Amino acid sequence: MAASRDTPAWVDLVLLPALNLAAAFVVAGLVILVLGENPVKAMGILFYGAFGYGEAVGFTLYYATSFVFAGLAVAVAFHAGLFNIGGEGQAYLGGLGAGLVCLFLGGLPPILVVPLAMVASALFGAAWAYIPGYLQARRGSHIVITTIMFNFIAAALMTHLMVNVLIKPGQQSPESREFDPGTWMPFVHELAAKFAIAVAKSPLNLSIVLAIAVSIFVWLFLWRTRWGYALRVVGHNETAAVYGGIAPAKVIIGAMALSGALAGLVGVNEIMGVQHRLILNFTGGVGYVGIAVALMGRNHPIGIALAALLFGALYQGGTELSFDMPKLTKEVVVVIQGLVILFCGAFEGMFRPQILAMLRRRRLQAAAAAGA
Amino acid sequence: MTANGAQAPAVRPPAIELKNIDKRFGPVHANRAISLSVPAGTIHGIVGENGAGKSTLMSILYGYYQADSGEIWVDGKLTKIDDPGDAIAAGIGMVHQHFMLVDTFTVLENVVLGVEGGLLLRAGMDKARKELKRLEREYKLEVDIDAVVGDLSVGLRQRIEILKALFRGANVLILDEPTGVLTPAEADHLFRILRVLKQEGKTAILITHKLREVMAATDNVSVMRRGEIVGSVRTADTSPPQLAEMMVGRKVLLRVERRPAKPGRTVLEVDGLAVIDGHGVERVKGVSFQVRAGEVVGIAGVAGNGQSELIETIAGMRAPSGGRILLNDREISSPKSHLSPRDLRGLRLAHIPEDRLRMGLIAPFAAHDSAILGQQGRDVYNRNLMLNQGAIVTSCADNMQRYDVRPSDPKLASINFSGGNQQKIVLAREIEVDPEMLLVGQPTRGVDIGAIEFIHRRVLELRDAGKAILLVSVELDEIMGLADRILVMNEGRVVGELKSEDADENKLGLLMAGISSKAA
Amino acid sequence: MSDWLLLILTMIDATVRVATPLVLAALAGLFSERSGIVDVGLEGKMLGAAFAAAAVAYVTGSPWLGLVAAIAAATALAMVHGLACITFNGNQVVSGMALNILMAGLAPTLAFAWFSQGGQTPLLGPGRRFEPIALPFADAFAQIPVLGEIYGRITGHNILVYAAAVSVPLVAWVIYRTRFGLRLRAVGENPSAVDTAGIFVGALRYRALLCNGLLCGLAGAYLSTAHGAGFVRDMTAGKGYLALAALIFGKWKPLPTLLACLLFAFTDALQARLQGVSLPVLGQVPVQAIQALPYLLTVLLLAGFVGRAMAPRAIGIPYVKER
Repeated sequence: MAASRDTPAWVDLVLLPALNLAAAFVVAGLVILVLGENPVKAMGILFYGAFGYGEAVGFTLYYATSFVFAGLAVAVAFHAGLFNIGGEGQAYLGGLGAGLVCLFLGGLPPILVVPLAMVASALFGAAWAYIPGYLQARRGSHIVITTIMFNFIAAALMTHLMVNVLIKPGQQSPESREFDPGTWMPFVHELAAKFAIAVAKSPLNLSIVLAIAVSIFVWLFLWRTRWGYALRVVGHNETAAVYGGIAPAKVIIGAMALSGALAGLVGVNEIMGVQHRLILNFTGGVGYVGIAVALMGRNHPIGIALAALLFGALYQGGTELSFDMPKLTKEVVVVIQGLVILFCGAFEGMFRPQILAMLRRRRLQAAAAAGA
Repeated sequence: MTANGAQAPAVRPPAIELKNIDKRFGPVHANRAISLSVPAGTIHGIVGENGAGKSTLMSILYGYYQADSGEIWVDGKLTKIDDPGDAIAAGIGMVHQHFMLVDTFTVLENVVLGVEGGLLLRAGMDKARKELKRLEREYKLEVDIDAVVGDLSVGLRQRIEILKALFRGANVLILDEPTGVLTPAEADHLFRILRVLKQEGKTAILITHKLREVMAATDNVSVMRRGEIVGSVRTADTSPPQLAEMMVGRKVLLRVERRPAKPGRTVLEVDGLAVIDGHGVERVKGVSFQVRAGEVVGIAGVAGNGQSELIETIAGMRAPSGGRILLNDREISSPKSHLSPRDLRGLRLAHIPEDRLRMGLIAPFAAHDSAILGQQGRDVYNRNLMLNQGAIVTSCADNMQRYDVRPSDPKLASINFSGGNQQKIVLAREIEVDPEMLLVGQPTRGVDIGAIEFIHRRVLELRDAGKAILLVSVELDEIMGLADRILVMNEGRVVGELKSEDADENKLGLLMAGISSKAA
Repeated sequence: MSDWLLLILTMIDATVRVATPLVLAALAGLFSERSGIVDVGLEGKMLGAAFAAAAVAYVTGSPWLGLVAAIAAATALAMVHGLACITFNGNQVVSGMALNILMAGLAPTLAFAWFSQGGQTPLLGPGRRFEPIALPFADAFAQIPVLGEIYGRITGHNILVYAAAVSVPLVAWVIYRTRFGLRLRAVGENPSAVDTAGIFVGALRYRALLCNGLLCGLAGAYLSTAHGAGFVRDMTAGKGYLALAALIFGKWKPLPTLLACLLFAFTDALQARLQGVSLPVLGQVPVQAIQALPYLLTVLLLAGFVGRAMAPRAIGIPYVKER
């Protein structure tokens, strides 16, 4: 990341992302205008659709939960100097892992099967990321390419499994049977109802607690343990890592496995939390959104949480938008998402020179005023 | 190339005149209202410590940076130089410290880059080939035009850079620290070339921190300190101590006092060591020596003759391809297996790497995080599964006090310290664990003179405390000032060994160039 | 006329069809990556170009105007990439991914808004797409038994297939024999050397991206107005990524890249033929396994043969003057 030493932290962390985000929405507004709708009205619907009422907030948080997992996955790999574009496939496999446990061990008591399914989702995701990690570390195969390829391969594998193996007998659409209710992640509204608190019905489930716990874990791991230290050293400077007695290949493989495990947890939210059965394409691009989330969140768990909330709001609000404005399809959300990634990620440096020049002028003026 | 040395110098305007050049990089004021006049047909030295602003000033003259204010006059004409293209058009050429060559290209391709002479390559290349042959003859700059640059030695690459400038019709040649990578003999050859250029009426500007070279090669010299020119004198009227004092702003000791060594038992033994690098090239070829407790063994040689690979192999960063290494009579490295840097730290071997920013520190990390590199697993820095943040910061702050690191702020990013202070952070980290064997690579590269004194004194203190020290340096003064025994490396071999009292620049220079002489 | 020859010729035919957009896209990527800019955005640029070509060809009735629109669209996207990578020193992989995601959304959105056909363009009838063209003497050759059959496969492709075939030697010539090529190769290896030689690094890289846009435009137009008859959503289906893999596998050189593209295309042709076929030993292989073949092959090739590929040294690093 281009964290410049001349830039005050609040500029880097607040002002510039806000400006970039605003620019993305201005362009998104223009696109909506071209499509023949009123952009201001559209943004209003978007915002109301995301935060306006209880159910909407629930949906927003539910989406954000998956984005936190995917974003943390990208961030952990990034700190090790790796670009993991394979979050999508790793999440897909993670769902498979959770699903298999729920399908075949569903009879066990919930206290056993739920953690087991979580572990399985992490392990399956880790395994799917381990291979590109291994190939990068030992064979020098470009991880960007291999992780993309593994997304395609994961899709093919899942289609095969769903169509030919796990499909519920006597059914047309490729879905597994529903899991035993004992394996479901409890919905927040149901849980709240037990304590006589009224919460609007939504897919939001206890996975969000897992997401928060995992965020804290990632922060502690990266910045407060010697393994996280080693990981960050490798990410910044492999030669220095070797000098410091750290084996880069091992760290790369380990970081990818951890990254994949985090991505795999998406399966907990989607499969155990909402779908309660295995279906096709339940990830729906969450791995790619994770890249944007990590970027916007500056690869820091707090930033990632905020960015995940933003993208969760975009998803939920965008769905609402396509209901209310017939000329807009659900793909408009993808457009806005692309614009946000473009402006907050790739155009990150767009406003920096101007802002820095402005700050410097201010400082000089202040110094002159103080001197006079 | 119309300039003619036969013209009376008084008639010619200065080749280069800089007036009030000012340049800031963000908060750093790199050049402060600099004015400088370089008479045509002379060799002009610019000396100063690291970070004094020499390279910035010359990069402005070459159009690589733009000055915030000020004027550049070339041959008596006010000239606007906004980019290197303008500088080339004005007859200015530059040989950069880090060569500006494309390694995968041939010499010819590198030379014509930017002046290809047409949309298609062939015609221009044929013409360039002839012109290059002529330049080679005229200035004695032989090089194989069709060789791939990546395969050539640094000395030859520098020649290509000079050819590039001459091919573009340069009348003024700027050389930025040109001798850092050369043997004394190669450096002498370079200075001979400069004198030929001077006879042809060309002007050269030589940026360097080596006072000896300034005295030997230049007509005039300007001294820079903290972005300003603090004096310009005729070389004949000055002396190295005087220049050093102008550079630093106070009197300096150029050499630290040293008592005779009292060597004890053998700590490190290197036996027939051979190392092959990642490109399959054998960089160390059968090197054997010992280092005993209480002595400094220096390894002299031009950069790139296998010293880096040697020291990295001893430190456990590379596997040898032949021979073995013993530490306190225990085998630590052989082609079959070798201990890792982590294991070796456990055996009390410390390593001050030759390149701080490539190895010794993590540039964007806070100083306290760089200060545990390689020691992140130590008990004092850990509490159960977690790093003990408090202990890490405290220990870093303590060391900063003791080693006079400025600013003494453990939270500041490593990159934001000056070279000397970065080096002190590394030094403190490696020394404070009380090692028995210390590997030291280029300890004062890019370090200001004040810090050099400090570092040299520390190294000698450690020697006197009975540590075994292996020192690699390309600076002959440093080697002669610190080492008790000097090994000279050339093309991967130890070509000679001298006792420090027998060593002088001449003997070392000959050995470094690969000319074996029976050392007395 | 043996069955085997016919089979081989059919396979070659299918390979050429699939290889065309791969070759064009990979060569597009070659310009970008040789100049030092990672191009993960081939997919998005092709998709945008495919949509532009189909939309304009449908509205104007001319595939040629569609082609112009495709080139314009792809070039515009390449310039956005340039803005991010060259002017703003942004992250090049992120910029490419952003383009891919943006186009995956924008193309169907615009198609839906303009043509109301569920995110695709109307079917392009005759005259609105590039038709097969017969090379000279096609009729004469057709009389000769084997040779005629072979020439019959060479002739009768559309203009963009021939364009792809010609582009390989043309690109090689530009890269190795012209001033632009020399500078392009230099700037991807050592931009400082180019800068100090008095050449503007940024301008040079922008020009490389113009070439990139042109070729991406051709590739996209091929998909929707030559190979297909209209734009459908996700019609690139990973071809941009495969092209990038082919470029890496081809070590950033035109001819080896062509061979890599042909290999991928052949695998694809093979998977089309293998579907539903019972193989000896393996028996009936699941369709999905066969569909994943090109991707598996890519991973295997990257792992097995290329190893640490000799990428242009400055690739992926924004050019910021050191200080």
